[in-house]
Amino acid sequence: MFTDFFYTLRERSVPVSLTEWMALMEALSKGCITNLDEFYYLARAILVKSEAYYDQYDVAFQECFKGIQVPPEITEQIMEWLKDPFNRLQLSPAEMALLETMSLDELIEELEKRLREQDEQHDGGNYWIGRGGTSPFGHSGAHPAGFRLGGSGGGRSAMKIAEERKFRNYRHDLTLDVRQIKVALRQLRQLNRIGPEELDLDGTIDATCKNAGELEFIWKRSRKNAVKLLLLMDVGGSMEPFAHLCSLLFSAAHSSSHFKDFQYYYFHNCVYDYLYKDIERRDRIGIDHVLRTTESDYKVVLVGDACMASSELIDSLGSIYYYERNYRPGIARLKQIAQHFTHCIWLNPESKSYWNHPTIAAIAKVFPMYELTIEGLGQAVKKLIVKR
Amino acid sequence: MRNDGFDQFKGSHDYVTSEPLRNAVNVSIALGRPLLVRGEPGTGKTLLAHSIAKGLGKNLIVWNIKSTTKAQEGLYVYDTVQRLNDSRFGDKDVSNIKHYIKLGKLGQAFTSKEQDVLLIDEIDKADLEFPNDLLNELDEMSFYIPETNETFKAIHRPIVIITSNAEKELPDAFLRRCIFHYIEFPDPSLMEEIVRVHYPDLKKSLLEQAMSAFYSLRQIDQFRKKPSTSELIDWIHAILASGIGSIDPAKELPFLSTLIKKESDYNLFMTTYAKRRQLKVSETS
Repeated sequence: MFTDFFYTLRERSVPVSLTEWMALMEALSKGCITNLDEFYYLARAILVKSEAYYDQYDVAFQECFKGIQVPPEITEQIMEWLKDPFNRLQLSPAEMALLETMSLDELIEELEKRLREQDEQHDGGNYWIGRGGTSPFGHSGAHPAGFRLGGSGGGRSAMKIAEERKFRNYRHDLTLDVRQIKVALRQLRQLNRIGPEELDLDGTIDATCKNAGELEFIWKRSRKNAVKLLLLMDVGGSMEPFAHLCSLLFSAAHSSSHFKDFQYYYFHNCVYDYLYKDIERRDRIGIDHVLRTTESDYKVVLVGDACMASSELIDSLGSIYYYERNYRPGIARLKQIAQHFTHCIWLNPESKSYWNHPTIAAIAKVFPMYELTIEGLGQAVKKLIVKR
Repeated sequence: MRNDGFDQFKGSHDYVTSEPLRNAVNVSIALGRPLLVRGEPGTGKTLLAHSIAKGLGKNLIVWNIKSTTKAQEGLYVYDTVQRLNDSRFGDKDVSNIKHYIKLGKLGQAFTSKEQDVLLIDEIDKADLEFPNDLLNELDEMSFYIPETNETFKAIHRPIVIITSNAEKELPDAFLRRCIFHYIEFPDPSLMEEIVRVHYPDLKKSLLEQAMSAFYSLRQIDQFRKKPSTSELIDWIHAILASGIGSIDPAKELPFLSTLIKKESDYNLFMTTYAKRRQLKVSETS
């Protein structure tokens, strides 16, 4: 039953498991769902465990159940309407002739065709299905032989809700935007966990015994998970808005949960001999100096599109700025960084489908690369805090 | 007597629900699984549990989770320090451990004589392992105390409502066992109903002005914290209490501090938007 729906949901990357599916089947077997709308809400409550997936659920629901609800209702309505001889009297002779020529099935087909063609509400016309018009389909119209469709009813139908797709903004797989900073910040919270003070039971017992039985409490702090962060951002050209976004994001995280240390530098396209302290790239600092003075337990986050001409990455003197004169190729510098620091990740605003570009693929071999979406950010952070 | 139907919960007179929410509650009661409710702060997640308890006429047990809460505390607490103290100073009989075992909220819900509603509030505040530690107990509705060698099995399966602020991700294994519902921010018509429940005698004109001011504040994206439902209700309460009859859009909004809680937001609002409102009104007048 509905196994297509199960597989469509999984195709749309909604994480549904078999246990949840069986729970849905159990609920259905209790037999209290009478229509599609109730099924929509029931399945959503049981199968979808985060509002981030509500939009994909709507898409899958539309795919599987589109067109199911409408035909049976029309057939009944039409049959009821046509049975009433009084209604037939209202048809003009020309229309009666038309009715004779078209069979009921053809009429239904015509109606469905118009329903598909029309994608917005239309009032006062004479062809589209709408209200207050002279078209034969719709309601509150002036056509004598109109079929009443829709109009006021209790609640909105599930198909309508699924089509509205009002949960689109809650998705976690769209490229990061200013509006999602708040949600993204929560992902970064995993980077900082400070333990509270707790009673050291063994220490207390020990101290109490030493104290001839007089109670003496010993408190200890759980281990602090202090995080030091180094942020390297690609600026210039198309990367600028993302660099701005990232610096905003990480400085917000820093001001709210205070990393033990937070440093950031800029580069353009690729890291060569220098890193820059400012976006205009005038104030520079040598990369060897940075590597010497920064301990290897810093977590490194590189943000960039990793997209450049191959020569810029692989060749000596490959930098597009003539006076930069890097004798060591960019890729060697990146490997140097990856070897010095224990935890590094690369965040790429480009979507994964573009990652077969040669330089992106090459850099992805050096650093674990993640998309700059909320989901990607979450995965990247998990990679940063895992113990080596 | 348990009714296995899906229409037990219809809301209560002082808490307005939307249909998907009622459906989710009824599904969770019928299937016997916990209901996980998420939403923006101030959308009424905690009040939902109160409303369910009232609507179904059951007792409510509230377990407020703190960042230091451990799953064990919900089941039982073995007060070792008290026992140590008594053995040294008191005359109590310390040989029976049972005196020093106190049942936590989950334990109380299990051993209750009738079906209770258990609210686990703000589960995401606790450690990441916390929901996982509760998995077995929630599934089988029984737990074992090794100190006294007793097993407590739930006589009646409690209705478990879990609220989360979406601060942290909850583990997948935990999510599998729950029914999930996301409480969206109410649209204007639902919001009107909610306000009417609290203030049935509110004048229509004042309500409309308040709602339009409120929703226009929510439109401002730069706010770090947008005003929520509970703040709107507080604001209207303040307005009614002070006897203000109507809200003039040209003048400053009264009692702004009940709606805007962050200093940066307040400054932002006063510098940019207050001026704009005045400009707009002077243009149209």
